[in-house]
Amino acid sequence: MKLLRMKPGHGEILLAEGDLEVPEQERELIEAFRGELDAGMWAAVPTQAPGGRREAELVRSFAEVPRDAERVIFFPRAAGGR
Amino acid sequence: MILALATAALVLAALLWELSRERVRAGARRLAGRAARMLWPGGEREQGEWSYDPGRERRAELRARALMRSCVNEEEWAMYRDLGFLRVAGGAGGGYAYLVYPHRPLLAYVPDTGELLSEYCVAFPDRSRPYGSARLPDADDVLAKWMALRADERALIADANVHLPGRQLDPERVARDLGRLVAWDDARDRGARARTRAPARAGRLAGSVRAA
Repeated sequence: MKLLRMKPGHGEILLAEGDLEVPEQERELIEAFRGELDAGMWAAVPTQAPGGRREAELVRSFAEVPRDAERVIFFPRAAGGR
Repeated sequence: MILALATAALVLAALLWELSRERVRAGARRLAGRAARMLWPGGEREQGEWSYDPGRERRAELRARALMRSCVNEEEWAMYRDLGFLRVAGGAGGGYAYLVYPHRPLLAYVPDTGELLSEYCVAFPDRSRPYGSARLPDADDVLAKWMALRADERALIADANVHLPGRQLDPERVARDLGRLVAWDDARDRGARARTRAPARAGRLAGSVRAA
């Protein structure tokens, strides 16, 4: 699983990468995940619905991330614009 | 007496300026450098000075496009690549859709009639300002809106500031974009029909050759 974050002026950066089956790597992923949520980011998991349609799911804790998800993408929380 | 004091003050000021001139200039250079780094944080250091990197935004946009392409449907990716915006179907009851422009409001409209409904102003400001600007690359901004709409349309719209159409997006421009979108859809439909006809025609030709 990869944790990616959108960055102004850069595009996405890789925050962490690891195998959920390896406890140490899972711990690192969880820490990185919490750090981003604490920083006010939203976390989205790109998914593919039956039939091939692409979707996304917002997750609010690491436990909500599907175990087979390949990526979690963090982006700044939405705010009302002008 | 006053004249003498004024002359002494002038001479003292001139002496102080002579003594501190180099320090003042060095301080000004440091301030200018700091300001340049704040304005162009991605600039490369050349011979001790900071310079603007004109390719940085382009590289960021290319990275963002690659990420978008890996997340959205093939049709949506082609739409953004060709037209510069996305159409996302509304989820609540259907019958409406959004035009998603980079760094512009979401525009709700009725695809069947082209009627414009509302502008929803949303932004994704990065408060950490890691690179000096709070703005995501264009494709990242569109992808963030796409993901938020797909995942939780109501929450995104609840966070938005709602305005009547025309506040930020020029209705004439939107009308042109909707026309481009219709033409783009038609071209894709024609292409898809041609692709499905071609194998069938090839099969018929092969059959007639075998029969001969």
